[in-house]
Amino acid sequence: MFLHPGIIALTLGSVIVLLLVFFASALGIKIIRRWDIKSSSEEQLMLERKTYLVSTLVQYALLFEVVSIFLFIYTAEDIHTLLAGAMCATGSLNANPFGFPALYAKIAVFFTAASWIAVNHLDNKAEDYPLIKMKYKLLLAALVLLITEFILQFLYFLKIEPDVITSCCGVMFSEKGKGIASSLASFPPLPAMILFYSLFAVTTATGAAAYKQQRKPFTYLLSIFTFMFFIFSIAAIISFISLYFYQLPTHHCPFDILQKEYYYIGYPLYAFLFAGSFLGIMAGVVERFKKIPSMNRIIPAAQKRWALYSIIFLTIFTLIASAPIILLPFRLY
Amino acid sequence: MAINKHKNILDYTLQSLLRRKFKNTGIILVFTFIIFAVSSIILLSYSLKKEAGMLLKYSPEIIVQKILAGRHELISTKIKNEIMGIPGVSKVEPRYWGYYYDSGVRANYTIIGIGVSGIENNRLIKGRMPSANEKNAAAIGREIADARIIKKDIGDSLNLQNSEGRWMEFKIVGIFESDSEILTADLIIISESAFKSLVGMPEDTATDLAVRVANETEIPTAARKIKELFPYSRPILRDEVIRTYDAVFGWRSGLILAMFAGALAAFIILAWDKATGLSAEEKQEIGILKAIGWETSDILEMKFWEGLVISLTSFMCGLILAYLHIFLLDGFLFAPALKGWSVIYPHFNLAPFIDFYQIAILMAITVLPYIASTIIPSWKASITDPDTVMRG
Repeated sequence: MFLHPGIIALTLGSVIVLLLVFFASALGIKIIRRWDIKSSSEEQLMLERKTYLVSTLVQYALLFEVVSIFLFIYTAEDIHTLLAGAMCATGSLNANPFGFPALYAKIAVFFTAASWIAVNHLDNKAEDYPLIKMKYKLLLAALVLLITEFILQFLYFLKIEPDVITSCCGVMFSEKGKGIASSLASFPPLPAMILFYSLFAVTTATGAAAYKQQRKPFTYLLSIFTFMFFIFSIAAIISFISLYFYQLPTHHCPFDILQKEYYYIGYPLYAFLFAGSFLGIMAGVVERFKKIPSMNRIIPAAQKRWALYSIIFLTIFTLIASAPIILLPFRLY
Repeated sequence: MAINKHKNILDYTLQSLLRRKFKNTGIILVFTFIIFAVSSIILLSYSLKKEAGMLLKYSPEIIVQKILAGRHELISTKIKNEIMGIPGVSKVEPRYWGYYYDSGVRANYTIIGIGVSGIENNRLIKGRMPSANEKNAAAIGREIADARIIKKDIGDSLNLQNSEGRWMEFKIVGIFESDSEILTADLIIISESAFKSLVGMPEDTATDLAVRVANETEIPTAARKIKELFPYSRPILRDEVIRTYDAVFGWRSGLILAMFAGALAAFIILAWDKATGLSAEEKQEIGILKAIGWETSDILEMKFWEGLVISLTSFMCGLILAYLHIFLLDGFLFAPALKGWSVIYPHFNLAPFIDFYQIAILMAITVLPYIASTIIPSWKASITDPDTVMRG
């Protein structure tokens, strides 16, 4: 069922991104092998020029990945009408075992590409490109992830068969008893709520500490807590946040909040969650680069900035998520 | 500060684009055409899908047809009571409908005969519906009223030839207004008994049976029981009809898009070629910019703006043209390929429908390949060595 406009767009986009990153990786391998900052040869000059190309390629690839995540969810939403028993994007993604892994792979690619750009940004600030080899190894990892994503997405769309009227008999109820599981298993709301808000408190507290002092335990803790907060926020959206947005005690879909019916609230919600989590995690990840002499002033400045933005973004996320709980009439308890 | 720098680069880019009007207009024109074609397909297929979904919302939950040797056959109305006996079924109604070819205007009409309960969704009519016992009253669609050489209005008469070749005269008592174009454009509604004598349908038979089931979750069970009771029947669920429409429109538009892939590829090659083949003048310009202190990243940014300006201009133009084409001019270029059902519609208006998803699809299919094809040529231009260029 490949001839669907959304699927064509996603596949075409993935092929292009794959080509871009593949080309960038090929240049990257060359750079890893031949790079010598002290040399002033023609080759080194050319390699330095090529780093511009690589970073441009990856930036474009990242941009498309962001669009692609939403396009993917929207396409899943769009094709749910073709599948018996699927009520929303969750149902479509459950239609075969490749749906959710493809989405996870997309999110992983997004984080990898974003961290590549962050590392590249820091690296370009230092005089001697200290992170260059590490950077290009990260790029190769991104390529592997991207290939995985492409294969999963391809298999997902390839294996989807729309349930349409056949000429012999109009009904397919005899073939499939129940249809597709349309909902996600969810955490019980009350414990999830308690855990979500306490985790938020702990995360912002460590964030504040890391903002004040860019030292080891704080930055690492911030990384760990934002990562936990990210994972748990997704669980919380499925468990109770979505219920308050939909004003329904049974609808757990994390994707419907992206729809017009809910004023596209999902976009700012996820954008702040992703950005805040990403910056918080990065603040700890770059901690080990502090040892490099040319980086010892750049890193703390970046960590300070990232910790601050991380707290701000995650707070906005939590406010958006809490708004319907406080403002709307629906009550779970 | 930082924003000002980007603004200045954008400003410079716009001026340099204007200086090379001829070359850039060419690209924009071709790109606009590509985007126009692709957008037309997407817009048309999504609004047809939407239209079909809206109409089918009111259709019965299950339609029971009789199948004989794999073909649709008239169904006996006597099985009505047995179907009523199935738990969950709230109403069973025979439906009488068919097509009528009018050689005068060379078009197919859809004829529906209404029984005692009438048609539920009749709020779109001007005048009234024919009642069940009226032998010679008809309500007709706006397009039939307009398609006849002498325009018809309420009170005029409409002649139809019956299965034996005799003419039957109907008085027009109602006309469907144009809001419901796709459903009623070619529709003629007459009474059940008039329909039977027009087409020569035997007593106690109907075209199919409409079965109403109040509880959504009971629909598949009711359908299965009908199939068990009457193995020759073919119960069609409303959900399945909607699903099939969706699949067909998606598949058709995908197919046409795939056909356009060649044109898109040709355009990408053109864009690549244009971006690679920098004229001596352009090279010199970049050389001078670098000599006066622009960095490689600034040139890259300039090229980025250039690509963005060209692709967004074309995108907007193409999308607006497509919008006009589909919703004002009824998509006359592509509609036959997408609609593709056998009834001839002289004219119908689609409700404008456009959302983020369609725009995202369009962007991914058109703008993304264009931008991607210009990255490497842009970088090649940006690393130009000022010294070599200016020496010429």
